[in-house]
Amino acid sequence: MYAQMVKTAGTGVKKPSEMTAQERDFQAKIDRNEKIEPKDWMPDDYRATLIRQIGQHAHSEIVGQLPEGNWITRAPTLERKAILLAKVQDEAGHGLYLYSACETLGVSRDELLDMLHQGKMKYSSIFNYPTLNWADIGAVGWLVDGAAIMNQVQLQKTSYGPYARAMVRICKEESFHQRQGYSIMMKMATGSKAQQAMAQDALNRLWFPSLMMFGPPDKDSVHSAQSMAWRIKINTNDELRQRFVDQTMPQMEYLGLTCPDPSVKWNEDKGGYDYTDPDWDEFFAVLRGNGPCNTERMAARVDAWDNGAWVRDGLMAHANKKAARVAAE
Amino acid sequence: MSNEWPLWEVFIRGQHGMSHRHVGSLHAPDAEMAIKNARDVYTRRNEGVSIWVVEAANIAASSPSEKGPLYEPSNSKVYRHPTFFNIPDDVGAM
Amino acid sequence: MTNAALTTDEALFQFLLRLGDNTLILSHRVSEWCGHAPVIEEDIALANTALDLIGQTQFWLGLAGEVEGKGRSADQIAYLRDAWDFRNLLLVERPNGDFGKTLMRQFLFDAWQSLMLAKLMKSTNIRIAEIAEKASKEVAYHVERSADTVVGLGDGTPESHARMQTALDDLYPYVGEMFIGDAVDAALVKDGIAPDPASLRNDWDDLVGRVMAEATLTIPQKPFAHVGGKSGTHTEHLGYVLADMQFLQRAYPGAEW
Repeated sequence: MYAQMVKTAGTGVKKPSEMTAQERDFQAKIDRNEKIEPKDWMPDDYRATLIRQIGQHAHSEIVGQLPEGNWITRAPTLERKAILLAKVQDEAGHGLYLYSACETLGVSRDELLDMLHQGKMKYSSIFNYPTLNWADIGAVGWLVDGAAIMNQVQLQKTSYGPYARAMVRICKEESFHQRQGYSIMMKMATGSKAQQAMAQDALNRLWFPSLMMFGPPDKDSVHSAQSMAWRIKINTNDELRQRFVDQTMPQMEYLGLTCPDPSVKWNEDKGGYDYTDPDWDEFFAVLRGNGPCNTERMAARVDAWDNGAWVRDGLMAHANKKAARVAAE
Repeated sequence: MSNEWPLWEVFIRGQHGMSHRHVGSLHAPDAEMAIKNARDVYTRRNEGVSIWVVEAANIAASSPSEKGPLYEPSNSKVYRHPTFFNIPDDVGAM
Repeated sequence: MTNAALTTDEALFQFLLRLGDNTLILSHRVSEWCGHAPVIEEDIALANTALDLIGQTQFWLGLAGEVEGKGRSADQIAYLRDAWDFRNLLLVERPNGDFGKTLMRQFLFDAWQSLMLAKLMKSTNIRIAEIAEKASKEVAYHVERSADTVVGLGDGTPESHARMQTALDDLYPYVGEMFIGDAVDAALVKDGIAPDPASLRNDWDDLVGRVMAEATLTIPQKPFAHVGGKSGTHTEHLGYVLADMQFLQRAYPGAEW
């Protein structure tokens, strides 16, 4: 899940009797599973919440290029290099689709980036963790994309049309991402002793941060109810986390790797795995800026933007000159 | 911030002879670069054979409040749809 | 390497290394931009270029391995040679510099590669002609895009103009090497496998001249050319490229990835 801790605007879910007629129509439309489109009337809080959520989602895609991009020049074969580059390029594309969806709400991409660079908007905590060995590239695809897909599949049904359509496109493209990650893990887990050690090391470091991607436990997630009523959040954090653990454990067993959570155990009664939550203090510390890579990730994004200003301005100036020349003819 | 590249809407005609379909948006300094960017962003998987771009500011759109007057009249013209007509099976395919 | 000692297969092997090493090293450089470009659209476009170049590398080095006949795959050739065995032009190993310099390097190379591939499509060697035909479609787009960007930035603002002129001045001494032939080239010209590098110069000058004029940039009038890449004497930069690229293959010999 690339949107965590999105603060829902407003004062919580209103009863129908507290709503204006316009708000009642709006809610009824959502309840009928109709899409809300850019020019439709929508409550200010719905708009504000969506900008936060889609913006954070978009930021996560482009910051998410960095940890994997870290290994593009060191990919061990030409084919792995091409696959990884294509994959990280897809993340850039997904960022672009999401910024576009956000722009339909009346905020520009430059404004969103400005808020990211000033630390006023967040991106997913997961990208503040480093990729330290090649198996991390496998583990990121397998676990991080796996967790993201779990959320994004649901969001294809979200109430806001442009967001839902971006999700459809993203899900279609993302189907190869998790598979390429798992294919790296299979090679590593069945490879030399050193490769097996890399695979286990990557899993050890990324397991709990992956669980954090779904956000804090439902009991501490105060903003969910309104977002769920608006259908911009479809499942609760804990539901998705449970589903993720249930899906991932058999895959881990197939690889012959050991879960870094020793308490993970199949629970016949609930038909799912019992597991230990990640360290939520660490999660909040990372969100506050104290993860291993927060400073570097932000610096990389700000540098790319600042160093690119002359390019954006130069190409725009040329386009304006060209248009002026055509107009003068 | 005032110097942001304009927003363009991208329409692509796929391999199968269908009409151009809206696929998304992007930013570009002018139409020529918008087409190139569209090629790079929206046809990474062989999705298209023809690209149209329109600057978003130049699109005139119907307003949602007119949805009723604009579209409901056609709902009543069911005879425009082939399934309106009952043709006996004996006639063969039509 | 003396002319007399060079068989056609040996010359062909060297020539294929040159083609494949050019695309390999340039793809490496271009891929360094992933996640760091000035705007998302350019990030995606650069990745497309790098992906095309990696694909071409697989073809050229794959064929080089076949011609060599020692059972080496494209990967083994890419990942298990040291710098002195690389045959790429010095131009493509130049560090990226700013975005303008990267695009200037790309255009100077694209212009040359598009002309080279057009000739190779008529090669008497069918395999080379086939690869050239596939690659030329990709490169036709590369050169269009890099030319547009060079024009846009050259003609843009005073700052972008100044940066592009600096880029052109810095890279121009690495242009000449593309057109200087040697024994390898001579052996292949004889059999109609590859063109004489010098024969590409006029068309290249025309194309680059047109684009630079539109970009309001001045082509340096200095004929000096750094050489050495085609015969394995590189700049200091290549060693670092290889240290990155080959790290895993070198640290874990024989492992499968």
